[in-house]
Amino acid sequence: MDLLRLATAGSVDDGKSTLIGRLLYDSKSIFEDQMEAIETTSKNKGEESVNLALLTDGLRAEREQGITIDVAHRYFATPKRKFIIGDTPGHTQYTRNMVTGASTADLAIVLIDARNGIVEQSRRHAFIASLLRIPHIVVAINKMDLVDFDEEVFENIRQEFTEFATKLDVPDLTFIPMSALLGDNVVDRSANMNWYQGATLLHHLEELHIASDRNMVDVRLPVQYVIRPQTDAHHDYRGYAGTVAGGIMKVGDEVAALPSGLSTRIKSIEVAGKPVDEANPGTAVVVLLEDEIDISRGDMICRVNNQPEVTQDVEAMICWMADGSQLTEGSKLAIKHTTNWARTIVKDMRYRLNINTLHRDEAATSLKLNEIGRVRLRITKPIFADKYRRNRTTGSFILVDEHTNVTVGAGMIIDTE
Amino acid sequence: MKTKLSHVGALESEAIHIIREVAAEFERPALLFSGGKDSILCLELALRAFAPAPIPFPIMHVDTGHNFPEVIDFRDRVVERTGVKLIVASVQKAIDEGKVVEDTGINASRNRLQTTALLDAIEEHKFDALFGGARRDEEKARAKERVYSFRDEFGQWDPKGQRPELWNLYNGRHKPGEHMRIFPISNWTELDVWNYIKDQDLEIPDVYYAHKREVFQRDGMWLAKTPFINMAEGEETEERMVRFRTIGDATCTGAVDSPATTIDQVIEEVGATRITERGATRADDRTAEAAMEDRKKEGYF
Repeated sequence: MDLLRLATAGSVDDGKSTLIGRLLYDSKSIFEDQMEAIETTSKNKGEESVNLALLTDGLRAEREQGITIDVAHRYFATPKRKFIIGDTPGHTQYTRNMVTGASTADLAIVLIDARNGIVEQSRRHAFIASLLRIPHIVVAINKMDLVDFDEEVFENIRQEFTEFATKLDVPDLTFIPMSALLGDNVVDRSANMNWYQGATLLHHLEELHIASDRNMVDVRLPVQYVIRPQTDAHHDYRGYAGTVAGGIMKVGDEVAALPSGLSTRIKSIEVAGKPVDEANPGTAVVVLLEDEIDISRGDMICRVNNQPEVTQDVEAMICWMADGSQLTEGSKLAIKHTTNWARTIVKDMRYRLNINTLHRDEAATSLKLNEIGRVRLRITKPIFADKYRRNRTTGSFILVDEHTNVTVGAGMIIDTE
Repeated sequence: MKTKLSHVGALESEAIHIIREVAAEFERPALLFSGGKDSILCLELALRAFAPAPIPFPIMHVDTGHNFPEVIDFRDRVVERTGVKLIVASVQKAIDEGKVVEDTGINASRNRLQTTALLDAIEEHKFDALFGGARRDEEKARAKERVYSFRDEFGQWDPKGQRPELWNLYNGRHKPGEHMRIFPISNWTELDVWNYIKDQDLEIPDVYYAHKREVFQRDGMWLAKTPFINMAEGEETEERMVRFRTIGDATCTGAVDSPATTIDQVIEEVGATRITERGATRADDRTAEAAMEDRKKEGYF
């Protein structure tokens, strides 16, 4: 059984909470005491029906204001797969929280109210999903019951969205007409929409092929920690611990270490203390090498003939997340890329993107909270980077305010030169 | 040879990555160890993260003094077997020193007093990172918490001002006096934990398996008769076959009726249950709708 991480975005009005509630309820992942608790709260607030949003809006402030502020994580499993839902807010002022919840997702669900069609928010959610290179997007056209389950309504939205999506970079786009409230096409097939031949949402989530989404070609191991027991039993043991960020690492492979450039072979690989022959992306490993070469935290192990760029200059898309400050030319920040910390300065503000229209404002000089734009950065020391579109791990970084220590920016590398 | 990561393999790797990252970037981390299954899992993952080297940080038990003796025995055996360094932060000591005052009445519990003992120990040992075994499926406030959860110099959690947390790029930067709570098994469910305990043949305290015990009913929960608990008039004990789904302070951790004496039976029971583990067994979460959020803001685990 494998794991699928999915991100949902939207506001209560889109039926997002109803949809999640339906998935959890129909997969028996809502417990009786949780259901009783939200029934009581709904009743106390004088609401007519049980408010399923209370399942994911766990903070006092969220319940008081009736909005989703931060990412909630929910878990459910079917016999075929285990799922982690990152339920994120949909409003513009919480874009940073959506980016947080979506950064590791395999799939994003973009909800559209069939009555309203594509609105600004749907475009923004799709754009953020594509910016973060979530490999699969499901456009859930919800509330079909309120448009008489009309195929034409679905078809029009599908065509309009497909056209819009050509401007984005979306590898896999699926449209499902549904009624989360009535359960049509969520878990069970709809009896009201015989014209729809595709899968239900749950079936789609269960059967989707995700094993090849990760980069299985370019071997990358950012070194996290050097394990040296210095005990009699393991006197000469020197293991390089890290999480495989790309490619399949195999015992016997010829590898190089950056920045030294020295090469050797993999003597053995261990996962959680046990030897294995090979390791895939996402696996936390310890690698032992044939020759003793100088490697420490922050270095990168890769193949001799397939190496990341070693660079101090990157072009990147930045999502700015700070409340009190702006990103401008000359801004100096701490940067974390793989297992490296360094400092960076903004050399050039290329443009600011209007995330609703995708218009590029090249006259822009700054990024404010929740704004996204392209910048050129100079870093104090070389990093070992790939383009984000090639590798989500070696192509991403965070920016941290050196005075407040708060994470203020998410970066995706477009170019390394 | 499998070419893809199973879901438990993915969770294991995620946790090990987090534990190594903390060991690399913090000066003085420690792992909170209660003897409960989640902290056993965290310790086991830490041992595996650094094998064959020992773990490069101590474990800390916040001891309310109201323990199940089986759990303390278990803790001491773990320390002997693994060679980890154990630090005990004592609630009894905080009471004796007059730093906290014990609740009285029948629902008296030292659960909340743990926060003071914990924060004092953090200050005394200058810990800058504390691993905890909290899981997001446990409780609605925990479902919102980051893996790296920032605490200010008062140990407070600010749920509305959490740092964005992206990819696997964790930001542990902080000023002196502030610290981070680290939750490596955030994404595990109760069932994931049990399956791992079974697959990896991990030892857990006996009280997790069904056994005969003197218990009495309060608020629909079975509480164990211990020397520490005050019984109200009319509350009577009886001997029942029970087991514990969580282990905490003996005065506020409820037992559940269960015939499950083996790990397979426990897993079957957990898979079929319709009540969350904290809902079934934790009196401390029942005091208010946002009880956990409020305690966490004060510095609780």
